[in-house]
Amino acid sequence: MAFSFDLLLEAIIFGLLLGCFYAAVSIGLSIAFGLLDVPHVAHPAVLILGSYGVYLLGQYGVDPILAGLMLTPFFFLFGAALYRMYYETFEKRGNSAAVSGLAFFFGIAFIIEVLLVVAFGVDQRSAEAAYIGGSLKIDDLRIPYRLLVAFGVALFLTITLTVYLSKTFTGRAIKAVGQDEAALRLMGADPVRIKQFAFGLATAVNALAGAMLIIVAPVEPTMDRIYIGRTFCVVVLAGLGSMSGTLAAALILGVTESIVLMFFGASWAPAVAFGLLLVVLAVRPKGLFGR
Amino acid sequence: MDKTRRKVVGAAGATVVAAAMPAPVFAQANPIKIGMSMPQTGGLGGGGQAALVALRMWVDDVNGRGGLLGRRVEFTAYDDQSNPANTPGIYSKLLDVDKVDLLIAPYATVPTAPIMPLVKQRGKLLMGNFSFQVNADVKHDMWFNNAPWNDSEGWSKGFVEAGVAAGAKSIAVVASDQDFAQNLADGVRAYIAKLKLNKVYDQNYPPTTKDFSTIIRAVRASKAEMVFIASYPPDSAGIVNAIHEIGVGDQVRVLGGGMVGLGFTPIMINLGSKLNGILNFNTYVPGMKMPGVDDFFRRYSERAKAQKVDELGFYLPPFNYAIGQMLEQAIKATNSIEDRRLADYLRKNEMQTIVGPVRFDAGGERANQRIITAQFRGVKDKDQEQFRSPDRQIVIFPPADKSGDLIAPYEKAQKS
Repeated sequence: MAFSFDLLLEAIIFGLLLGCFYAAVSIGLSIAFGLLDVPHVAHPAVLILGSYGVYLLGQYGVDPILAGLMLTPFFFLFGAALYRMYYETFEKRGNSAAVSGLAFFFGIAFIIEVLLVVAFGVDQRSAEAAYIGGSLKIDDLRIPYRLLVAFGVALFLTITLTVYLSKTFTGRAIKAVGQDEAALRLMGADPVRIKQFAFGLATAVNALAGAMLIIVAPVEPTMDRIYIGRTFCVVVLAGLGSMSGTLAAALILGVTESIVLMFFGASWAPAVAFGLLLVVLAVRPKGLFGR
Repeated sequence: MDKTRRKVVGAAGATVVAAAMPAPVFAQANPIKIGMSMPQTGGLGGGGQAALVALRMWVDDVNGRGGLLGRRVEFTAYDDQSNPANTPGIYSKLLDVDKVDLLIAPYATVPTAPIMPLVKQRGKLLMGNFSFQVNADVKHDMWFNNAPWNDSEGWSKGFVEAGVAAGAKSIAVVASDQDFAQNLADGVRAYIAKLKLNKVYDQNYPPTTKDFSTIIRAVRASKAEMVFIASYPPDSAGIVNAIHEIGVGDQVRVLGGGMVGLGFTPIMINLGSKLNGILNFNTYVPGMKMPGVDDFFRRYSERAKAQKVDELGFYLPPFNYAIGQMLEQAIKATNSIEDRRLADYLRKNEMQTIVGPVRFDAGGERANQRIITAQFRGVKDKDQEQFRSPDRQIVIFPPADKSGDLIAPYEKAQKS
């Protein structure tokens, strides 16, 4: 594609919107893996579960974003229970928790996939809303409303979580448990309960992010596999545990992919994105915003 | 007699009557084993499950007629999850552990390609299942594809010729970066070079792509007058959605070509009126004359509804039933299940199936192609039954099946 500033501007705009979508689907993992050090490879499967929950509520006329919000308490409880199971089975028993935990969460992902296939079949499912399918027209530029919605929700999630983690007692405790669990215990707080709460929070966020996923594109039960690499890439690129870093890393990834896709070819986009991750890790091993 | 006693006596009576009814009698105890892998989950799962309904219908039908060579037909299908990495292992198991007699390929090019060397090395007959040019390099002489197409020129001819007739001189090609789409796109590239059309955009995208906004924006910027898209089911819906959001420009005469999935009922219902104007390949649309296909669809729809899979089943199911019919004809004619003898028969004879007569060329592809190019018209949202009407997909090509003229440009056709 021949270069023009109009196309570059459009590529940047689409990249920013795509980046916000990546941030929305990665931010739960930023808490679970980035802050809590839990190898939550079932994160994308939980996202897809959220999408199907939204699809189900959509059959009764519930708006996808509202459906995502309605699902958050249930996902919080599910996440808290999942962490308790992981803790009792692996983390409590010692050093091999990370490796065993990987197997555990892969198992959870497969179970979710199979349950979704049994319940909904293998066909793609999509959500319906006034903002899906239309676009904002500014001269020759057309911006899909669904990406604008993802942009708004990602900003909302990032700001809310950043404020929550830095301004509230529980939020600061969650950050502390990620930094020094023993010190937190000495302060009289129960690290396991804090982590259980935080994991519940990360899973609750996935309900809303799952709504974004089905708003942006149709979903099918095994689609989680596509997002494993990308979500972990965003979290590691950001620097483990940084919410604003997650948004920034996702935006960098989205804009890079979009520019490469527009001018150099779509096939190069994933390679450039992961190449960027390698370069950043080589120069700054803790990620862009890691401490 | 109270109600309970009446029910018990009724049930006992029904059992006696059922036992007295003539059941299929098989002269020999050992069954003929037919095995395959089929995508039942993943991106191709929707099509695969529908195809399995049709294959099992044929198995039931043939066993109801007393089996083949006096033996019951036993059918095994494993889920390859639409993942080509799984198929070589599944076919090794089918041959070495399950000891199947005959093999059918999984639906689609991508899962089939990895098993071709294995099947050739083991000297087995393989009935192809809607693959595209997987045997072009392997050159297995016991490969027979059930698909109504042959080479990529035959596939894209209807689309490109319709575009040229509508005044298009330039073309954009968008293709998924995998075997099927690349084979198809390479053929289209060669064909448009032959016609000296101006190729203004040519882009492959990774199969994992989920948002197509940027690609469609680039297509729009290219100002192409024809847009040829070679995509797989998970991508096709995303591409159509992006086209409706971003637009491709009022200069586009025709758009579509090789979008797999636009014949699957769930995707058609999901996209609804967004399908209008798209000119795409197809294998069957209502109104096409094929012997026995109406009866097949009546029986298929009942089963598919009960199994919660694609109720219309236009794309794959009749051609999968035809695989069974071709095996049945060859086995009966040769009185054998030996791979080589069946292959010789299939190559030399015309097969009579519900999708019409089938003849194969030396490479095992259809000698008498019948791939159609049809334009979606007047499609409304959320209405499955509308697709049973011949008015929703108008056949533009080939002339023998033509049911109407092309509406162009694409923007005008979208409103049709």
